[in-house]
Amino acid sequence: MSNIALLGQQIRRAMVIARKDIRIYYSKGPVIIFGVLFPVFLFLSFTIGRQMSVEFMISGLLSMILFFTATSISPIVVPWEAQAKTLERLMSSPLRIETIIAGDILASFAFGTAIVFVPVIIGIIMGITISNPVIFILAMILGSLCFASLGNVFSIPPTNLPSTVNMIAAVVKFPVVFISGIFIPLNELPLWGQVISYISPLTYLTDIARNCIQKQGYLPIALDFAAIIAFTVIFLVVAMNLHSRTMPKRI
Amino acid sequence: MNNTAIIEIHNLTKYYGTLLAVNNISFEVKEGEFFGFLGPNGAGKTTTIRILTGIIKADSGSAFIKGFSAGSINAKQLSGVLPEMANAYTDLSGWDNLILMADLYGIPANKAKNRSEQLLESLGLLERKNSLVNTYSKGMKQRLILSMALISDPLVIFLDEPTSGLDVQSARMINTMLRNLNDQGKTIFLTTHDMDEANQLCDRVSIINKGKILAIDAPQKLRMAISSRHSVEVSFSDLISSEGLKQLPFVNEVRKTGDKYRLYGDSPGELVTQIVNYSSTLGLHIISLNILSPSLEDAFVALTEKEEHHV
Repeated sequence: MSNIALLGQQIRRAMVIARKDIRIYYSKGPVIIFGVLFPVFLFLSFTIGRQMSVEFMISGLLSMILFFTATSISPIVVPWEAQAKTLERLMSSPLRIETIIAGDILASFAFGTAIVFVPVIIGIIMGITISNPVIFILAMILGSLCFASLGNVFSIPPTNLPSTVNMIAAVVKFPVVFISGIFIPLNELPLWGQVISYISPLTYLTDIARNCIQKQGYLPIALDFAAIIAFTVIFLVVAMNLHSRTMPKRI
Repeated sequence: MNNTAIIEIHNLTKYYGTLLAVNNISFEVKEGEFFGFLGPNGAGKTTTIRILTGIIKADSGSAFIKGFSAGSINAKQLSGVLPEMANAYTDLSGWDNLILMADLYGIPANKAKNRSEQLLESLGLLERKNSLVNTYSKGMKQRLILSMALISDPLVIFLDEPTSGLDVQSARMINTMLRNLNDQGKTIFLTTHDMDEANQLCDRVSIINKGKILAIDAPQKLRMAISSRHSVEVSFSDLISSEGLKQLPFVNEVRKTGDKYRLYGDSPGELVTQIVNYSSTLGLHIISLNILSPSLEDAFVALTEKEEHHV
């Protein structure tokens, strides 16, 4: 089998894994609670009572929801499968470990991309307009892929306890939300705050959302896209490489 | 069975930290052979099967499935695997589990449906095909997992303790299925603790202990190799202490199994004479007396104990 045929075969099988993940894991209650309701309430607790425009709120909210949904399940699918004794069967199937990981990321990506349109529709009902829908949709798709890949990075340590992985994820996710210009716009952050915010991929997605919804981004859109793509590539490469090393240790 | 090797293992070694799990083992399994891989817990059976099925990598050595490197996509595509601790997806139905596996092996939809029905029917699961797996009994789950291993109609089937802990009916159904598959020319690589199972199913068995292969041969030949393990099994009308039996001439060893005593020695005839004399002296009534040839279990025990003493 040629390399191209093999690649095509493995992509098809990654999609089978993604379908399986969506069917089994994404209909569970905790996904809705931690992926959708939790960021909404977290956001409201920081915004209610403050003078903010609907545009500012919706652009921050949708970035945050995308971040939380796309990273809600991808970290725990592998430990779940290892714990449920289904991972060994997957690993003995004609799949590369990278294919299994790609499938898990694809599922998270699809789920995040679908859910992000909920706050967008709410925003449109509330009167927001999106100045450049193509750029906006492209950014949401890329952001979803980026966060799904990040979520998978959290599950690299070879523990089969989803609670441990969730703890690792929480340690990263919460600080990221506070440094990414969601609650305080980038231009109002002190210099040190701005410097820290640039290491968060969520900063760039929020900036694109602000650009498209508030018509006032802080960074050039091209830079935002370049940063998101760079983070995505890094997360994908790290997830694929390190899972290949740690996954056999789970069995 | 033909003489072409379908599984080749050359100098395979695997460490877990400082523990040597598999110690430079080499052997071949012929196409169409029913091969048993026996050993006590921690002997290296599961590690070997995991290397052959691509779940873990060996530290050194090589293994091939029909010429393809073990763990490669091509090798996996030819193999069906029933891992030791595997489970099906309990949130899916039995049918959906099979279709999922078929998709992972790239089997066309129509063929997958026909094959799934065929397998579920032959393993007595067709009526429950649409029930969620979390409603299945342990035996039903194991039969489903075997069906999942067979969905791709593999050339080589790896089974790690497939009947361990199962009810008699499920174990018998699985063993019948394995025998039929072997009759159809499939190569079967089976690890088991059950010596009777290995004796009845396998063309050849390999005994592994502490990561090293101790013997590879047909079960009958292994049994013959330890002819000194002849034994006589006796039961008396009254309970007695086995100490008295141990003192008898020509008796090397005595084991109590339930209400019976098994006496080992080089000459079964002499053992019988001694037992009869002993029972007369003590006024015991003999309920049953059988001369037993060495079993595969005896061969297994003798080989592994010899290895323990050697170490």
